[in-house]
Amino acid sequence: MSHLADAPAPATGQVMASTPPGPRGEPDHAADSSRLAHRSRAQTKVRWELLRNLVRKDLKVKYKGSTLGFAWSLANPMLLLVVYTFVFQIVLKAGIPRFGIYLMSGLLIWNAFSGSVSAACGSVVANANLVKKVRFPLAVLPLSAVGFAAVHFLLQLAVLFVVILVLGYHLLGPNLLLLVPAGAVAFVFTVALSLLVSALNVRYRDTAHLLDVALLAWFWVNPMVYAFSLIEDRLHEWTWVYLLNPMAVVVISFQRAIYAPPAGYSTGHKAVLPHDGYRFYLEHLAIAGATSLALLWIGLQVFRTMQADFAEDL
Amino acid sequence: MARHSSAYQRGSAFPLPAQPPPAPEPPATVAGTGIGTAVPGAGQPGQPGEAGGGSGAGVGTETAVVIQAGGVSKRFVSYRNRATSLKERFVRRGGPAGEDFWALRDIDVTIGRGQTVGLAGANGSGKSTLLKVLAGILRPSSGSVSVHGRIASLLELGAGFNGELSGRDNVYLNASLLGLSRREIDRLFDSIVDFAELRHKIDDDVKHYSSGQYVRLGFAVAVHVDPDVLLVDEVLAVGDEAFQRKCLAKIAEFREQGRTILFVTHSLDLIEQMCDRVLVLESGSMIFDGPPAVGTKLLRQKLGSLPSDGPVDWQYATVRPQSVMFSHQSGGPTTVQFDPGEQVVISVELDVTEGAPEHVYLHTYIVGPEEIAIWLMETPPGGFRLEPGRHVVDFVVPRLPELLGAFAVKVHVSDAATGVPVTTRRFEELFGVSGSHAGGLLKVGYEARLRG
Repeated sequence: MSHLADAPAPATGQVMASTPPGPRGEPDHAADSSRLAHRSRAQTKVRWELLRNLVRKDLKVKYKGSTLGFAWSLANPMLLLVVYTFVFQIVLKAGIPRFGIYLMSGLLIWNAFSGSVSAACGSVVANANLVKKVRFPLAVLPLSAVGFAAVHFLLQLAVLFVVILVLGYHLLGPNLLLLVPAGAVAFVFTVALSLLVSALNVRYRDTAHLLDVALLAWFWVNPMVYAFSLIEDRLHEWTWVYLLNPMAVVVISFQRAIYAPPAGYSTGHKAVLPHDGYRFYLEHLAIAGATSLALLWIGLQVFRTMQADFAEDL
Repeated sequence: MARHSSAYQRGSAFPLPAQPPPAPEPPATVAGTGIGTAVPGAGQPGQPGEAGGGSGAGVGTETAVVIQAGGVSKRFVSYRNRATSLKERFVRRGGPAGEDFWALRDIDVTIGRGQTVGLAGANGSGKSTLLKVLAGILRPSSGSVSVHGRIASLLELGAGFNGELSGRDNVYLNASLLGLSRREIDRLFDSIVDFAELRHKIDDDVKHYSSGQYVRLGFAVAVHVDPDVLLVDEVLAVGDEAFQRKCLAKIAEFREQGRTILFVTHSLDLIEQMCDRVLVLESGSMIFDGPPAVGTKLLRQKLGSLPSDGPVDWQYATVRPQSVMFSHQSGGPTTVQFDPGEQVVISVELDVTEGAPEHVYLHTYIVGPEEIAIWLMETPPGGFRLEPGRHVVDFVVPRLPELLGAFAVKVHVSDAATGVPVTTRRFEELFGVSGSHAGGLLKVGYEARLRG
């Protein structure tokens, strides 16, 4: 998470217009290194505090004056769980057992991702007044959108766990460890895309509209309401193309970690999750992680380059 | 406060003097040619620690330079020239070229530690843009800016306050935006609330604050950031009189502590009262940099609030009458002795700078004792069109009248197009006319008769 420490920070000595990559200047290298290091640590800490304050502000503003509000936003996905279970399992007979759990295990992380990215997209524009009047590390704006979604995600995940345990399904085990790499990949990918779209949206205001459409379509190329095995059945050796989408990898990893199909559905022809072991997931998470890191690098570059003109474009 | 823990302190390469410099004195007066260039702050010798630097100052005074901007220009690209949507970015390439707008042109400014500098000019002259460039909010299109020390910009009070949150939450949020750590805010919180005089409302939502209370809280947070450099944009104009007094008192306190203050204001009185130095901008160019008394005079004239007989001192004008010479022939040797009936050429040398009126009109009075105007010579209607640089205007008088005495020259410069005065200079140089009569100015033909 060092991206926050060194990347966006416009704490600078000189603002040189002629050097394009310098976002709002480069640090003054003349200072002796120990003082510089000390200051940079202190600055990093201040930035984290700023980020935390912004996330807290968003949460406070959103749930202010409604004591039920917070509980409601937790209950919301659980209500979805009931509705989707009814529609897909009882009405449509989709053939996935414990459909609600299956859906939720993928949907929660997807919602966190899409919620982060669309909130981040408008974050700089929404804070135009601040950007134009106060000098602060601008990357905290999209990052606070990610933080806000992450807090919700973690709480909703906890609720889902409680529901699974209450229903008496299998949950606790080494499978849960898969959440760590999958969560990390999802986080990096989300941060990367959030930085990218938030910067682009300042100059190109239709980014938000394009993003909405893209997210809508993107939803369906993740195996959340259908089984991943269906994809493998259709695509065969071309499945890897489908799995180029980091979110698809994250989703199936989350499903492998959380969702436990009843006996008889775990292997063979009717398997919902075609891969029983962890190797398949870890390998693909590694690829998705590399993709995400590359995107993060691009996102940071774009944000750094464009942030110098934010105040002007807003 | 441990300065090094600040989030946005920039460039601590220069060790600052241990003790704050003495209360700032007005900097040196500007030399005659100093328009548009940085004024060395350390004008008066024998003031150690006084704000120094400037283009002319040596390396030794560099520690005292807080803000250094060199050749700063800012161009705002017309929206017609720039894709504002992804669709345009990829579909439409090129297109009708709009006019780019230069908000700042080639600004050089060096501000020394402890100076209080006013930034003035008409609306749209680039004051706020310059402040934002110095604050690091806008990137200059060319040139460089360096700032040493923690900078706090009061471009808007309470920017980022959220009405839905309590005053307490907003103080924390705003202060952390301005770069304070949580521990620092904890320590300063009481002081902030007391300064804003809002202890009774601090847990109310900010949306229920009056606008005065809102800016009070904003100001209180901003001044507690403990800046080395304070950039203030017009914010002192808000709030009631008591609050304004408090703001001014706080700014005066900052001055005494040797901090650097740069503020934009339209209040010329405030500039005269608070500043050591004033920068005047016009259409993005810096047209004056020097003592407030002169700068405000210039501004009053620019803004049309000064009557026509009170133009700026010639040294700071855009057209400067540099010298006057007298001779028999245009370009001939100069002399100051003339006889009636001789030809005299009165040559006025003008130094025309950028920003001067396109057509310059001169009224040249020949004045006698006790400043009595003897005669007036003017340029042809429409004036002379003068490029920046040195020009000499010759007034050729073919035959001097029968005069006796020493005479001086007074030149009024004005804009030929609008008639707006630019400057006036009364030269000290005299020329003598040796008329043959015994007294008085003129020789008049007469006859003395006894009636009867």
